[in-house]
Amino acid sequence: MEKLYEILKSLHPDVDFTAQDDLIGEGILDSLDIVTLITEINSAYDVSIPAEEILPENFCSASAIYDLITRLDEA
Amino acid sequence: MQFNSIPFLLLLSAALILYYCLPGRRRWYVLLAASYLYYLAAGAEYLIFIVYTTAVSYVTALLLQRRADAENAELEANRDALTKEERKARRAKGKKQRFRILVGGLVLGFGMLAVLKYTAFVLSGVQLFVPSLRIPDLLLPLGISFYTFQSMGYLIDVYRGKAQAERNPLRFALFVSYFPQLLQGPISRFGDLAHQFFEERGFDGARFRAGLARTVWGYFKKMVVADTAMIAVQALVEQKLTGAYVVLLILLYSAVIYGDFTGGIDITIGISELFGIRLKENFDRPFSSRSVKEYWRRWHITMGTWFTDYVFYPLSVCAPMQRLSKWSRAHLGPALGKRIPVYIATIVTWFLTGLWHGAGWNFIVWGLLNCLCILVSQELQPLWLRWQAAAPRLSSSRIWGCWQAVRTFLLMGLIRSLDCYRNVPLTFRLWGSMFTDFNWGEMLGSLTKLGLTPADWGVLAAGILVLFTASMLGKREPLRERLSRRPVLLCVCLTLGVIVILLFGSYGIGYDAGDFIYGQF
Amino acid sequence: MRKKQWIACLCILLCGGVFLWFAQLLLEPKYMSGNREGAMTAEYYSDGSPHDVLFLGDCEVYECYTPPTLWAEYGITSYIRGTPQQLVWHSYYLLEETLRYETPKAVVFNVYAMRYGEPQNEAYNRIVLDGMHFSTVKLRAIWASMTEEESFASYLFPLLRYHSRWKELEQADFQYLFHRDPVTHNGYLMQTDVVPKELDIEGEPLSDPALPQICFEYLDRMRTLCEEKGIQLILVKAPTNFWGYYWYDEWEEQIVSYAGENDLPYYNFIPLEEEIGLDWSTDTYDGGAHLNVSGAEKLTSYFGKILREEFGLEDHRADAELSAVWQEKCSAYEAEKNGGT
Repeated sequence: MEKLYEILKSLHPDVDFTAQDDLIGEGILDSLDIVTLITEINSAYDVSIPAEEILPENFCSASAIYDLITRLDEA
Repeated sequence: MQFNSIPFLLLLSAALILYYCLPGRRRWYVLLAASYLYYLAAGAEYLIFIVYTTAVSYVTALLLQRRADAENAELEANRDALTKEERKARRAKGKKQRFRILVGGLVLGFGMLAVLKYTAFVLSGVQLFVPSLRIPDLLLPLGISFYTFQSMGYLIDVYRGKAQAERNPLRFALFVSYFPQLLQGPISRFGDLAHQFFEERGFDGARFRAGLARTVWGYFKKMVVADTAMIAVQALVEQKLTGAYVVLLILLYSAVIYGDFTGGIDITIGISELFGIRLKENFDRPFSSRSVKEYWRRWHITMGTWFTDYVFYPLSVCAPMQRLSKWSRAHLGPALGKRIPVYIATIVTWFLTGLWHGAGWNFIVWGLLNCLCILVSQELQPLWLRWQAAAPRLSSSRIWGCWQAVRTFLLMGLIRSLDCYRNVPLTFRLWGSMFTDFNWGEMLGSLTKLGLTPADWGVLAAGILVLFTASMLGKREPLRERLSRRPVLLCVCLTLGVIVILLFGSYGIGYDAGDFIYGQF
Repeated sequence: MRKKQWIACLCILLCGGVFLWFAQLLLEPKYMSGNREGAMTAEYYSDGSPHDVLFLGDCEVYECYTPPTLWAEYGITSYIRGTPQQLVWHSYYLLEETLRYETPKAVVFNVYAMRYGEPQNEAYNRIVLDGMHFSTVKLRAIWASMTEEESFASYLFPLLRYHSRWKELEQADFQYLFHRDPVTHNGYLMQTDVVPKELDIEGEPLSDPALPQICFEYLDRMRTLCEEKGIQLILVKAPTNFWGYYWYDEWEEQIVSYAGENDLPYYNFIPLEEEIGLDWSTDTYDGGAHLNVSGAEKLTSYFGKILREEFGLEDHRADAELSAVWQEKCSAYEAEKNGGT
């Protein structure tokens, strides 16, 4: 989880990701951020997030992203 | 059949009456019939193309669904017999098979679009080298870009398991051909739209009223603002006027595109609401965007999300791209490495977006310039953050926000003017003339020579002021929603709206007293 | 919605409708000065008395025959339903429509329009059709006449056509909101100027001398209609023969042969100008293309004699009631003639 926060922080140093739960709706993460994020996650966690998992509900908060990573890792 | 033509209004009225006369379960037949009548009116020869796309996506989706169902059933049946790894392997194998079917469907669907829309463009490129080449004159069926994209999006959704394939071909045909959105979108998703056709709903008065208000509002934007401004834009383009005239063109064409496109979408969404169907919003007060990136989240939203979901994401997270990223991280450093997939995918997406808008270099350059703006502002992000930290009060002030919005508006207007001149070198030359040719006095003096009388300019200015005010007042909730709760006031506004459109709209054969002057006969 | 709201909305819609109706009346061109030709079609309906002769055609009827002269000299009642560049189908539908109101004894059709197989100008369509009272004939006339750029609805609701005239409203638009002044004398539009004919210019050679088939079809329909009602159809060609309005021998042959085949009387006045007594230094208002009032009176005298002698049209001057009506018309005619010169 710490690693994820680090990645997020590097994208937007000005945002407190622990407190946000609507990253997409509030326009904090845009499509460029999401792709950068996925690239980073893929290499950091050794998973591969497919395009069909790029849904608002999977990226709305740090914990949702973490859940996605764990789900993909276990599957 | 234009939205403001009498045959369209007749078709719409007839469809509405029939729609509400039939019981809920049967109503969608009216929409299907109206859609095909609408399409038929555009030309019987076009019908075959929409039927083709409908058939291709219908059959492909069913094949995809059957495979997926069989796969699931098999896995379910052998749940205990297989290990986790075996299950995973089978899934991967099934996915690969389904992917092949999907690609087949996409090739057939997009192939038709590519052949009809881009053959002439590609061949004209080849012609530079082979001058004897003859370019065939292919017809471009009405709305083919929109319905193809909508159908192909559906195929991908079925492949991804986000949508269930529709088994009834007629029902599916309605999803592809639904007439209010055939001309200019929005591009709907199957999951958002299709079920609404077949739901049983009662007549919702408030919704109907809101729809009516929105439709009339759309006609106002289109006929009073866009079509009036278009007269001057045409004059400016035809005469290829330079300097200050280019600035005028940029401003006027912004009014044209805003009025025409958002107005058209207002009509489409408004008409759908009359039928009790909710379409996705396509615009979110786009001209108040503070950056190009934001602008593209708020302008032509359904096209933007289509490209994001079906091109940008799959392209940027696909395995080869991720491998490329890994490789470039190792060899070029982490900063560049993580940018590679984003940049490639962004450039490709905008190239395709440009191409989607039309077969021509001006559209491609237009797309790539948008892309350039987005990537440059992305790279300048750290600089911006530093400036924000250095001048926190100014950078969060209203004035700064306004400046950003104006800057974005002008920048987008500038790029958009490629669409007017349809000639890339000419456009660049004219852009340059803005900085060398200071003919502001001459331009202001010759406003009435652009096909609009002073009275027309007055109407246009008033119309734009109304749009601006309504947009400002509707920040939280669109005015029409508020109005629809007060039927009498709404009725007053609608009546006034219709009167204003009928009197001040630009439509029909323009009255020219000269035509009626008895020419010695 | 409550009942009260329904009623309020209904009232608002009604007000909107009334407003649009007013706007339409206001924005329609009035044609009271300048191009008065636009007011001619509608003027017919306000003439209550019956007519023995109906003239149909373009300026070669409404500037060439003067009904007051025809009355004063022969006691023949007549009306000219002419409009600028009236095409053959316009004439046909005007005939059909006139027959709803009265049955004249003779219909005089000027053949110059036989040269046009297609509408030439939207404005001339409007001038014929806008003035017609609503009827199924009018609807059919619209269908037959519309150019591709026009819309049917704009004839039913002229507001759709003239909406942009708000920019050029003038006092006359308010003054003539509900009524019009007469601009003609039973369809005769008076021209009093004199511009002598100085040159005799022939038309350019024809590329295709055949008159359009569609014109003959409509002429056939006119003929049939007249036969059914027992009306004598007479074909005429005005004596003007000038450059852009040149009457070619090839056309003449086709009309002569049509008249012969269908047993119709046809009078071409071009070779008869001396007999009529036309003097091109005094009888034209535009250098020879059209007749002025002096020329028109000469032609009318000449043609009146034919109507009396060949077709036996009655002298109504003994009829007190008609005399009174026509006395008034004649004095209005004389007044304009003398006022104008």
